Amino acid sequence: MPRVVVDVMPKPEILDPQGKAVHGALPRLGFSGVTDVRQGKRFELEVAEVTDAVLAEVDKIADTFLANTVIENYTVRVEQ
Amino acid sequence: MRVGVVTFPGTLDDVDAARAVRLGGNEPVALWHGDHDLLGVDAVILPGGFSYGDYLRCGAISRFSPVMTEVISAAQGGMPVLGICNGFQVLCESHLLPGALLRNNHRKFICRDQALRIENASTPWTSAFTQGQEIVVPLKNGGGQYVADADTIARLEGEGLVVARYLEVNPNGSLNDIAGVTNEAGNVVGLMPHPEHAVEELTGSGTDGLGFFTSLVERAFA
Repeated sequence: MPRVVVDVMPKPEILDPQGKAVHGALPRLGFSGVTDVRQGKRFELEVAEVTDAVLAEVDKIADTFLANTVIENYTVRVEQ
Repeated sequence: MRVGVVTFPGTLDDVDAARAVRLGGNEPVALWHGDHDLLGVDAVILPGGFSYGDYLRCGAISRFSPVMTEVISAAQGGMPVLGICNGFQVLCESHLLPGALLRNNHRKFICRDQALRIENASTPWTSAFTQGQEIVVPLKNGGGQYVADADTIARLEGEGLVVARYLEVNPNGSLNDIAGVTNEAGNVVGLMPHPEHAVEELTGSGTDGLGFFTSLVERAFA
């Protein structure tokens, strides 16, 4: 079954408190090389087949529901 | 007036909101998230809580519930709608109000008596207050940081659409200390603090919140 992946990330200009919390924990765990962390969401949508119509529908799902485009960007890609 | 109070799965302030409606001189009407029916109410309150467990984003799933289809359409037709806390988040997710609410900038849940200034006393929910009146009501949220792009903030400020502003301390990192906003028509109001918890001397921080619930009466008899 093909899979369409939607990645949702906070927009660059939006403060990301969760990413900040993860980043803040790294030095305490002994990791020192990371300068920033942004946390997003990954959605895996199983579809019967990948067609332009299906991808257009997934894009609409992402745009209206999975992401809040006031504060988040999203990308849609097909994973084989 | 008959004021609908919506219950979503995970709502927790619906009973307090209904009580505040009654103390404010109006008749509360329980509305259910799964119904395509506003039962003929004159106004709607979306109360606080954690609807749908805050899954996906706070308010994101509630926004697509059957009752919200009716609320959105009624709000666009001018019906007064007040969203408190989670209800504010639902209104932003519904695009009835601009902007969005993020987790608090300090990443902690906050619960305190919060001083506010009423910046717009001309909405159907705030007309019992005077412009610039300072009040204290409880604030309790984990995701109360109001954000919007610079143009939107400038428009809100320029057109007087900021309804309430935090005083003394900004409890969650909201831009311009914004605690509540209204839409251009002025009928939809979103507020992060909880006036419904400040309507009786016996409990809460006083009765400063009552004005949000008596305003509708003043409007009806105006």
